[in-house]
Amino acid sequence: MKKITLQEKTQVAKELLKDIEALHTPGETVRFMEVCGTHTVAIFREGIRQLLPKGIELVSGPGCPVCVTDQVYMDKALAYAAMDDVIVATFGDMLKVPGTHSNLWEAKSKGAHIHIIYSPLEIIELGKANPHKKIVFLAIGFETTIAVIAAAVKAVAMSGVKNVFFLVSHKLVPPALRALANQKEGHLDGFILPGHVSVIIGEEPYGFIPTECHMPSCIAGFDGLEILAAVRDLLQQRQSGQYYVGNQYKSVVAKKGNPVAIQLMAELYEVINDTWRGIGTIPQSGLRLKGEYAAFDAERAIPLGPIESGGAPKGCQCGRVLQGLIRPDECGLFGKLCTADHPVGACMVSVEGSCAAWYKYGRASGGMTWEE
Amino acid sequence: MCLAVPAQLIKVNEFIGTIELTGVTRDVNLMLVPEAKVGDYVLVHAGCAVQVVDEEEARATMDAFRELEELEENYFAGKNAGR
Amino acid sequence: MEETIRLVHGNGGRFSHELMERYIMPHFKNDTLAKLHDGAQFAVPAGRMAFTTDSYVVTPQFFPGGNIGKLAVCGTVNDLAMNGAKPLYLSCGLILEEGLPMKTLDTVLATMAQMAKEAGVSIVTGDTKVVEKGAVDGLYINTAGVGLIPEAIHIDPARVKPGMKIIVSGSLGDHAIAVMGSRYELALPETIKTDCAPLNHMVMAVLEAVGDKVAVMRDPTRGGLATTLYEIASQAQVGIRVDEDTLPIHEEVLSVCSILGYDPLYLANEGKAVFVVEADVADEVLDILHQTKYGHEAACIGETLSANAGKVGLKTALGGVRLLDQLGEDQVPRIC
Repeated sequence: MKKITLQEKTQVAKELLKDIEALHTPGETVRFMEVCGTHTVAIFREGIRQLLPKGIELVSGPGCPVCVTDQVYMDKALAYAAMDDVIVATFGDMLKVPGTHSNLWEAKSKGAHIHIIYSPLEIIELGKANPHKKIVFLAIGFETTIAVIAAAVKAVAMSGVKNVFFLVSHKLVPPALRALANQKEGHLDGFILPGHVSVIIGEEPYGFIPTECHMPSCIAGFDGLEILAAVRDLLQQRQSGQYYVGNQYKSVVAKKGNPVAIQLMAELYEVINDTWRGIGTIPQSGLRLKGEYAAFDAERAIPLGPIESGGAPKGCQCGRVLQGLIRPDECGLFGKLCTADHPVGACMVSVEGSCAAWYKYGRASGGMTWEE
Repeated sequence: MCLAVPAQLIKVNEFIGTIELTGVTRDVNLMLVPEAKVGDYVLVHAGCAVQVVDEEEARATMDAFRELEELEENYFAGKNAGR
Repeated sequence: MEETIRLVHGNGGRFSHELMERYIMPHFKNDTLAKLHDGAQFAVPAGRMAFTTDSYVVTPQFFPGGNIGKLAVCGTVNDLAMNGAKPLYLSCGLILEEGLPMKTLDTVLATMAQMAKEAGVSIVTGDTKVVEKGAVDGLYINTAGVGLIPEAIHIDPARVKPGMKIIVSGSLGDHAIAVMGSRYELALPETIKTDCAPLNHMVMAVLEAVGDKVAVMRDPTRGGLATTLYEIASQAQVGIRVDEDTLPIHEEVLSVCSILGYDPLYLANEGKAVFVVEADVADEVLDILHQTKYGHEAACIGETLSANAGKVGLKTALGGVRLLDQLGEDQVPRIC
């Protein structure tokens, strides 16, 4: 596939920005939420915020699975890591996430067996190579990752490997969007929908946004141009008053998503109420292994004693940041007690966390400003 | 929230395929894309193909972008011609 | 049976002597070292010298295009070169793990000798210790080096002023990807190799031509280009603007980055130099670099500004600006 060159990109961006400017009424404030953390990072990395006309605000949402992973979950992961006969396998993202007293990097430096992987499929080999240990995989993620982990659970089941388990904390995006759209506080004018989650679930689960919430929404890819195209789509919907689920990522997002993945997830998991860090319990927003696959659930296979978990750190406003109610730099801890190297709240932990992105690309270099 | 990259399938062996990206190769799981065949581009997330790229749509997106760019070029071309 | 390092090789007695005579000396033969004194003695002309030290603990010790020995010589040679010095003498401290195959040691030392020869430096003193199995991973190397700074050269971040050009001597991220890229079941094409190389001849060619018009040089090793530029901007209190579309990065490196979620601007390089030069010699420096063995992909990537002091802004293809910070935590593969 031929990619667009950087020179072409510059030209196309200019045209898209011209359209966006024409669609925006000067003086009017429009707040769009980019739900997905990968979008947050792309927006910073490509410098999109300062290109948009004054008045169009991009608000970061709860779209980072690492950030919304509950503190109790990390405490459980640390409890497993402390067991002599357990190897904890994890995506690199999880190492910094704070539990009540520690994090996985710290546990690793004290000798806990923690294995960083790129793909959950690697755990089968890890299980075979360590027959006398139990492998506990930290199964976090939104629908994109859930589908991949579901494939891994299935592959483990087919392989006959008996020492691999999953500590599941999966989160579903549409219920969270519904909670956000219905919140009384704050005001949003539209959603930039997560491209890769949509690859799995398709357009249909977002149908309530235009029909029930009467808001524009648009699925976007992760290139700067695709994000600009989505902003233009949202503005067009706003201007015409005709709301629908826009799709600016049709090359991989089909209307019905990936039916094989959806079917597999339904086969393996049941939907439960789940706790999102900083937000609280959202109905029907989590998953749990069911039926014959429950045997691979770490918590049921290797029961833990009572877990002592502290509450949210004092002064931390991650919850309000995740809901788009305040900007990261409006939190009192931001950049002072809470920094990328010493995160207090979850949003500062993941590369994609709103606070971490604001910190990395803004604050640490002395502010968001750059004079031309 | 989820990094994923499109890459070409160069080998398929039941549920396992090999993807290639400018010479870098890796085996990926194909359980979620049973229809994928050698030569297809697939979207890969965490070592697993999650979708087959619809090349027609990909081209359409590119064309739409290029069209924007050409508008601009023609605009300048027109101007030059007018001088 | 395969010959291996034993603890006895470090006890200072006959076995230590044998290790020295049979395995180490033959590689590093030179008159100064041959005296096997407690240290090296050599004459120095009047003027300024540069002195540096670095320890090398990389695992795996062998990677596409090189090994720990190559790093140990080139790293120290390059640190001297970045000071504007002509490297002369190196020391070599070895910390060996009990059980290390002699063959491994021999290969590493041979590489060190070969690199020293290319760089034109002599390894004139050293030390060897053996530690118990598990105390180190195979072998660690420390090298220190001294070099002479030509009279007209003054490399100093304080000399960086607004309006200067920033030149990088070649592609970014190759070393880091060569070392860590083959983890996580990725198969890399043969085109990805460490860029590790002695840069002193390349640097000298530039300095001889434009001399004092080079304000500062840095090798963007750990922390990558972004961290190096950030350091220069904050030390010199200038702004630095870098243009995304001028950055030399190999496609294969970008591919690995896109799969694992790495940022190439933060990947380590071992054979690259960043030059900050007066604008009127930028083209000349580029021409010179393009003719050298290790500088043929050199590019001018940006300039220093009076505005935005202490900040580094990457001008993106989209037309926006992304501020570059120092590297924080190490990069690990991530899903998001």
